[in-house]
Amino acid sequence: MRAILLVMGLLIISNALADPMLGLPPVPVPADNPQSDAKIALGDRLFNDVRFSATGLVSCATCHAPEKAFTDGPLSVSEGINGLTGTRNAPTVINAAYNRTQFWDGRSPDLEDQALHPFLNPVEMALPNHDVLLAIVRGDANYVKAFKQVFGVKAGDITMIEVTRAIAAFERTKVAGNSPFDRWYFGAEADAMSEAAVRGFDVFLKDGRCVSCHTIEQDHAVFTDHLFHNIGIGINNIQEKVPALARAFLVAKSEGVDVDVAVLSDADTSHLGRLAVTDDLSMVGSFKTSTLRNIAVTPPYMHDGNLKTLREVVEHYNNGGVTNEGDRVNDFISGGIRPLNLTEQQIDDLVAFMEALTSPAFVNANTKAENNMGGSK
Amino acid sequence: MNQRRQILKVAGSGFIAGMLPVSLVRLSHGATPEQDFTFAYISDSHIQHMTGNQFVRNWDRGLIRAVAETNLLEPKPDFVMFGGDLAQLGTKPELDHGAELLAGLNYKNHVVMGEHDYYLDLGEYWSELYGDQYYSFDHKGVHFVVLNSILTYDDWTFDRWESGERRMAEMAGLDNPNGSPFMVGSKQLKWLKKDLSKLKKDTPVVVFSHSPLQKIYKGWNFWTEDAEQVQVILKPFAKVNVIYGHVHQIQYNQIGNIAFTSVMATAWPWPYPESYAQAESHLPVLTVPMNRGDPFDERDATGWQFINMHTGRVDLHFNLYSNENRVVSFNEQKGHPEDTSFADAGHRTTPQSHY
Repeated sequence: MRAILLVMGLLIISNALADPMLGLPPVPVPADNPQSDAKIALGDRLFNDVRFSATGLVSCATCHAPEKAFTDGPLSVSEGINGLTGTRNAPTVINAAYNRTQFWDGRSPDLEDQALHPFLNPVEMALPNHDVLLAIVRGDANYVKAFKQVFGVKAGDITMIEVTRAIAAFERTKVAGNSPFDRWYFGAEADAMSEAAVRGFDVFLKDGRCVSCHTIEQDHAVFTDHLFHNIGIGINNIQEKVPALARAFLVAKSEGVDVDVAVLSDADTSHLGRLAVTDDLSMVGSFKTSTLRNIAVTPPYMHDGNLKTLREVVEHYNNGGVTNEGDRVNDFISGGIRPLNLTEQQIDDLVAFMEALTSPAFVNANTKAENNMGGSK
Repeated sequence: MNQRRQILKVAGSGFIAGMLPVSLVRLSHGATPEQDFTFAYISDSHIQHMTGNQFVRNWDRGLIRAVAETNLLEPKPDFVMFGGDLAQLGTKPELDHGAELLAGLNYKNHVVMGEHDYYLDLGEYWSELYGDQYYSFDHKGVHFVVLNSILTYDDWTFDRWESGERRMAEMAGLDNPNGSPFMVGSKQLKWLKKDLSKLKKDTPVVVFSHSPLQKIYKGWNFWTEDAEQVQVILKPFAKVNVIYGHVHQIQYNQIGNIAFTSVMATAWPWPYPESYAQAESHLPVLTVPMNRGDPFDERDATGWQFINMHTGRVDLHFNLYSNENRVVSFNEQKGHPEDTSFADAGHRTTPQSHY
């Protein structure tokens, strides 16, 4: 009995010592949206509220499910209202707080702005306008009480500003470090990572050329340069269509089409990437560098979820930006992408390294296809 | 009133903001519309043959990307210039491969001779592909002149080297005591004078050359030996613009009535950093390594440009990868070209001071 208590005591101590933020920088919090427990709880409720959708069945959590590491794996692209599919793979909410832009093409500057769009997108939650959502919130006594407590506003004065601030505050709590890599690299635990992962880290830094975009710093690692690169995903399959697509999209945009709607409702247009946001011709087919944290539990990969495994991802890069060796490289490929000539061993090791980037809270995330035979929704 | 009508007309014609400054520039300058148009400029691709059907991937990618992006321009440019050094060592495979990639352009294409295209066979094969080495054409009221500015002294060209390969290699070297300064030469000077003699003096003139028609740095042939003689011939014209390649970087200058602007290369920046050590880079050996460009990103510090021609002057819009795009525009008040954002000292990026 005493021994058991002792063991439990040690466990408590070791858990207390484990820093879930190990390897992460401080969470950036906007000056006009400070964190508070009540605000986070309110955001949590809003995030999970299915009433904010045209059918009453879709919430933020539908595509960013906590038990699936805040994704909707193994879906390639998300399923929203009435089973309609979009064009993009749901990025995880975990550590999205560190992103300098939101969405794959960076069309939102921050979490607050991002939260505005899925409610209205016709393939996501499909509300006709935000007033529908606000009417539900203003008519819900619990929400009214919470908004009064958190923001000091009366029911009639609740706007999307308060709604999105609460959601963003909740999302800012979904940060996770302390992976085996963090313990090995930042925590100096020599045996925290496997030998294969340690070798893989060397490939990551050198022959794999990964770290140039998936950056790490001296005392933390977010694994993204926050920039946009054409790595040959999606765009490779529509090369002949790019001139007509780009022109049609840019003309439509100049005539007022909603970019958020346009890129999620047409797969070919979606592949134009960052061009759709900035009109900059050097951004054709470019997408944001995603974090590698928890990457092993957030398949499938790339903006269209076209690659199912980490090995396929590494092979795509190893081929110089084409999924099938020998395919035509797209004309707009980023200057950082070139054939890598990695060995099979190096590829395995690199995958082992990425598998060491999973935070303890998400090791059991249920996102792999074989675990979801009963359907994902 | 008139301005307002023009704005409405522009708005109704599917004007694409961000890509199409031409119409706005016309409004702001109130210029004669017949002299307002755009053209694009791609330069210095240095296509390099390895063996068999293999070419240096990096240089191929630069030209392929510039061509593909130029094809996306709206409105469509009236034509595209290629500024010389299509090839690296002037061989038939290099010129053929480069010409094939350049043929991907959906526009009329004019080509300038570079020294890398010339010194193997003295421009023979290049001329089979592209015709005259110097010529002129008129477009919408603007007189365009293309010069072959990379010639040099006859004894160096004809009497000094045992082979064309050796001659090409010597001319390609930087800080090379065996090299020789570029020049336009008396034959072309005479032709230029005659070509311009029929023009009214207020006709806007744009001269395309590979080397700068001004003297910048002799050791790298950022230099044309008889530049002053060219400038004298251009002097009577009110609006003269010289656009040159060769230097692989952005330069601009004003000498008298002549506005000079360089264009970027698609291949590599001069100066460039020491090569990224993981793979053979095929960059020419540089005698003075400098901190310039991201060695990871092969397209960093390269680019291409579209050019807005208005009121007889050129605005160069530099499409720069992984960098802020830049515009070098003729400043009517100051009477010279300048970078529209970085000319202001407060907007400059300070050099990196630690590594």
